[in-house]
Amino acid sequence: MALQGFSIETQDLTRVFRVKRREARGQSREIVALDRVTLTVRRGELFGVLGPNGAGKTTLIKILATLLSPTSGTARVLGIDVAQNPWEVRRRIGMVSGGESSGYGLLTVEENLWMFAQFYGIPGREARRRIRELLAIVGLADRARTKVYHLSSGMRQKMNFARGFLTEPEVLFLDEPTIGLDVGTARALRTYIREWLDEHPDRTILLTTHYMHEADELCDRVAIIDRGRVLACDAPAALKRGLQGEAVFRLTVDGEGDLGALLANAHGVVRFTAEARDGPTELSLILADEGALVPVLAALQGAGARLLSLEKREPTLEDVFLRLVGRALSEGEADAASR
Amino acid sequence: MPLRAEVGTFLRTAWGRAYPRVIGMSREKSWILFDVLLPLLQVSAYVFIYRAIGAPREFTGFVVLGGAMTAYWMNILWSMASQLYWEKETGNLELYLIAPTSRMAILLGMALGGIAATTLRAVGVLLLGTLLFRVPLAPTSVPALVGVFLLTLIALYGLGMLLASLFLLWGREAWHLANLLQEPVFLLSGFYFPVRALGFFVALGASLVPITLGLDAMRQLLYPRMMEGLKFLPVGVELGALAGLGVAFLVLAHRALRFFEDLARREGRLTLRGQ
Repeated sequence: MALQGFSIETQDLTRVFRVKRREARGQSREIVALDRVTLTVRRGELFGVLGPNGAGKTTLIKILATLLSPTSGTARVLGIDVAQNPWEVRRRIGMVSGGESSGYGLLTVEENLWMFAQFYGIPGREARRRIRELLAIVGLADRARTKVYHLSSGMRQKMNFARGFLTEPEVLFLDEPTIGLDVGTARALRTYIREWLDEHPDRTILLTTHYMHEADELCDRVAIIDRGRVLACDAPAALKRGLQGEAVFRLTVDGEGDLGALLANAHGVVRFTAEARDGPTELSLILADEGALVPVLAALQGAGARLLSLEKREPTLEDVFLRLVGRALSEGEADAASR
Repeated sequence: MPLRAEVGTFLRTAWGRAYPRVIGMSREKSWILFDVLLPLLQVSAYVFIYRAIGAPREFTGFVVLGGAMTAYWMNILWSMASQLYWEKETGNLELYLIAPTSRMAILLGMALGGIAATTLRAVGVLLLGTLLFRVPLAPTSVPALVGVFLLTLIALYGLGMLLASLFLLWGREAWHLANLLQEPVFLLSGFYFPVRALGFFVALGASLVPITLGLDAMRQLLYPRMMEGLKFLPVGVELGALAGLGVAFLVLAHRALRFFEDLARREGRLTLRGQ
């Protein structure tokens, strides 16, 4: 339940990076990482930013966490301008990034956490009490005295996760916190995120992810972002409701030929993705209505494709992304990587 | 934040950041081989050269003292100045920067941890060198010797903090600077011979690196007769210059840290890895 007031506000937030061009000495090109992003996050909200790699999610967090200046526009955390008064912002925030390797391998888990607690002026006894509690929550209590270089990457991520909560921040930024974790660990961390916010209704979490189910399961509201622009922002259920007039199907077909060109010209196909999986091709279709399915199947059959499976399903955030962007998240990643 | 809380956080930060270096000494003992025994080999080479040419025995003391102080210069270059490069690569730097604490406190922690660890190394070189080569020691004033040593460390680590600020903006580019400062400083600061031998003006230029003045002053206090014709400046002048350098480097470091942090934030270099 969101409380009164905004924890995070951005207005036309833009960040442009200048990158040297290898092919032309002395020249640079510009990459627009964030393009006039305007968002508000209410106090007490778990707000998700969803998008493929390279969409601008991390850039947004880095600006809000005072690590990067905006090129133009404004960003406020708890009403404080992050560019004008970063010190005041830092007293109130925490940040955890997925896959980070922070800390020192020679120190034990509890020593690493204690060190970071010192940077926030937390007295030793209080720091140790919080560390014990958090390690129990993330399932690392038995590893408290293990040196960090003996930890698996998942355990290390759990330690980093505990560090984020150690300072009891008013606003916590979680940048892909479950990336690379096994299913069980990721689920445990998601459960804790939700519980923490339920127990501290005055706190706010901004979480970035490219896992649709994570955003769907956790977030009160989600902003879908691609190539630095916010394409939609609403509760996951409301975003999915936007597709209710349309029909979502998943098909698996076997056959040669350019199914993409065929579907692009088929009547009633609003959006589609085609992904080859060791022979068969998996098609995700958003159709204008159920009636469009029959001619699509006929067209596929006419092209020599054999239908292996067909499933009509409820819209997901993945479908919302496909509807808004015209490609799947994974395609977005490949695209971003090649940019 | 109230002043008392501010000071408390400053001190906690310094101790927190010093801790990994202090504790690391007991957990990774390979430093005894790499940081004591190997430098002793280099010291030995100079000792045997001086012996071969029949130089007075005090020259052995020059060399051992220089060998011990080498540890501090290496610590400044590779564990202080360039440390922020490693912190950036591992992701620690971001966490340092979003913490509501003074960057000077973090660097002070690095320096104190570095001094504690390096002093053990330097003492190892000094003790082994003194015992192996029967170095004559006759300090004229132990308090003055300790004072010169401490002032040298303050100025030296102030310089380290100043160099560290460059790594907020640059990565490998600043790394080259550290490389550039290693061997030339060994020569110009007179680690293994009295710096006066390079000529007054070269020695004056080299005095920007505090270890030059520190070594010369310590040698004068240890071997006053020997250094009579070899001293660069009177001890009092060198002490004053070291104090001035210490204050100047610390003030400059404070300003440079703020300047480069702001610039790096604008240019997006604080979070850029592998540069």
